[in-house]
Amino acid sequence: MAMADRPLTSYIQPGRQPLDIAGYERAGGYAAMRKAFGMSPESVVEEVKRAKVRGRGGAGFPAGRKWEGAPRGADAPRHRYLVINADEMEPGSFKDRLLLEAAPHLMIEGIIIGAFAVQAETAYIFVRGEYVLAMERLSRAVAEAEARGYLGADILGSGFSLTIHVHGSGGRYICGEASALFSALEGKRAVPRTRPPRSTTSGLWGKPTVVNNVETLCCVPSIIERGADWFLGLSRSATEGGTKLYGVSGRVNRPGLWELPVGTPLNEIIEEHAGGMREGYEARAVLPGGASTAFIMRENFDVPMDFDSVGKIGSWLGTANILVLDQKRCPVGLLRNIEHFFAQESCGWCTPCRDGLPWVERILTALEAGEGEPDDIELLAHHVDFLGPGRTFCDLAPGAMAPLRSGLKFFREEFERHVSERHCPWHDTAEGWA
Amino acid sequence: MSTAEPDPAAAPLDAALRETIATFLRESETPRAAGIDALKAVQKRHGHVSDDHLAEVAALLGMTPAELDGVATFYNLIFRRPVGRHVILLCDSVACWVMGATAARNLLRQRLGIEPGETTPDGRFTLLPIVCLGCCDRAPAMMIGDDLHGNLTPERIDAILEQYR
Ligand SMILES: NC(=O)C1=CN([C@@H]2O[C@H](COP(=O)(O)OP(=O)(O)OC[C@H]3O[C@@H](n4cnc5c(N)ncnc54)[C@H](O)[C@@H]3O)[C@@H](O)[C@H]2O)C=CC1
Ligand SMILES: Cc1cc2nc3c(=O)[nH]c(=O)nc-3n(C[C@H](O)[C@H](O)[C@H](O)COP(=O)(O)O)c2cc1C
Ligand code: SF4
Ligand code: FES
Repeated sequence: MAMADRPLTSYIQPGRQPLDIAGYERAGGYAAMRKAFGMSPESVVEEVKRAKVRGRGGAGFPAGRKWEGAPRGADAPRHRYLVINADEMEPGSFKDRLLLEAAPHLMIEGIIIGAFAVQAETAYIFVRGEYVLAMERLSRAVAEAEARGYLGADILGSGFSLTIHVHGSGGRYICGEASALFSALEGKRAVPRTRPPRSTTSGLWGKPTVVNNVETLCCVPSIIERGADWFLGLSRSATEGGTKLYGVSGRVNRPGLWELPVGTPLNEIIEEHAGGMREGYEARAVLPGGASTAFIMRENFDVPMDFDSVGKIGSWLGTANILVLDQKRCPVGLLRNIEHFFAQESCGWCTPCRDGLPWVERILTALEAGEGEPDDIELLAHHVDFLGPGRTFCDLAPGAMAPLRSGLKFFREEFERHVSERHCPWHDTAEGWA
Repeated sequence: MSTAEPDPAAAPLDAALRETIATFLRESETPRAAGIDALKAVQKRHGHVSDDHLAEVAALLGMTPAELDGVATFYNLIFRRPVGRHVILLCDSVACWVMGATAARNLLRQRLGIEPGETTPDGRFTLLPIVCLGCCDRAPAMMIGDDLHGNLTPERIDAILEQYR
């Protein structure tokens, strides 16, 4: 793709320091912000809506429709907040780190336009605590933008004012759940909240709040600068626009991240961009978008990587950072690893999740140790239903069950072998280096 | 601990730290919202947050120590017990698992002579597991202090450990 077709990464020079504000502006940065100030907030929202950007945090909710629901105008309650979800703790996901570390001014410009569109006067960037370099670079970019008058009161005479705070998380996966994130920012234990009300009615400190993922907001400057039609044209999918940061990890030749048209087929990403599997390894399945997505098996590797297409084959695009499972790692062991993560990261608020996930982990651990019982597989299936969508307070538990549900279906035989052979069939290789 | 050496974790917070926390409080929308930043500042100086320091910070934020401890213990990156000079956070999530995190853990256990959760007797390293570090394309990965290290191999691990005295 040409530079102009890579709105997310065209400002990034691999291996180099990120552009400072002068360099970013020379490359065309902050032009979209100026253009937005010449538009009405409503028309900015309309453009983003027409561009069909779906939430890049994983849930895929259309960004324009979310913004539309934000109260604005003189009578709307204040303060109003824009919160940028930079918590990125979904196992297997590493895309937001690149944007934060390598294109901090794109992030800031996206925030300014987004905050203008939803008429928020304060923005919080909630960054996971381990992203030390990202926080440093963001803080520097914020200071540079303040010095230029792009942040603060009455920005460039637009009448619009904005302050950006960079907050480093204390560290916990649940903080990424939008309502738990508010609790974290308020200095409490990060426990999710009841919905409704939606956060656009009652969010941070009970005030109207819009939450967006890093990558979602980084799409916005190019949409405003070049228009929704251009953005739609970048995509290979009919139902959503733009490009996407696709990632691949696992035993492929070139693990990494690439900005590609939305809807690029899975096998094309693995074969052409990640260089295919390493010598001696075969891809058996992938998790397409993090640990909370369902397996996609080989027969579906031609799936276009967009929300609708991946949804149709029983999985979910999630973060679109793909993990490849090869034939030399045990699927049950992989699921044990994932359920250990979810059991540990459960916030403990509701009983099915708090008690159910450790139970699931114990069963999987027993199976791996060759101590599984024949009815363990049924017990796991029972948990998959018991912790499924709608049964728990937030989406952590249903997310935890997505890979397990699909694993029980696609790797049934492997589960049964763990029980009948009384050891893990992969036990010789389970602890080796890649 | 010998009585001749004052325990820095028991001494009151010094003026500079109190001033840092006061700045957080001024910039924060509510006092308790400054809690994580304040605890992190204490930890950056003292390695961990002792009971005495927690009580002091709580007073500055207008919270009870129990209330603040409820917050502190919720989060992974606030250490309520002493740690070594360098904290190793070794990723134990799924992409690293595929790429050999278990082997990396076993090697670190052997080289350091400790189990995850423990500190070496010389106080040099504490080894802790951490969830996905967002570095899955360079798995297996770990952090030491603020530094990220990916593509771990036995040779690289040995070379990296040498950098931290
Ligand atoms: N990036 C990461 O590290 C992680 C991402 N995830 C992803 O998160 C997803 C679950 O996230 P949730 O926020 O619980 O999903 P959700 O579907 O409840 O909400 C998604 C977003 O759309 C908004 N929204 C939903 N319905 C709306 C409506 N009718 N009007 C206006 N706004 C509306 C919500 O406020 C939220 O911002 C999973 O699909 C998973 O892929 C999960 C864990 C980690
Ligand atoms: C347990 C859990 C963790 C989440 N973690 C993140 C995260 O780290 N980053 C993120 O952007 N969204 C995360 N989400 C999704 C958010 O709740 C929310 O949908 C998203 O930030 C909205 O932004 P978007 O519409 O721009 O994608 C998480 C959801 C759940 C249930
Ligand atoms: S589902 Fe789990 S993480 Fe979500 S509120 Fe309930 S206990 Fe907490
Ligand atoms: S799984 Fe280890 S860095 Fe992502």
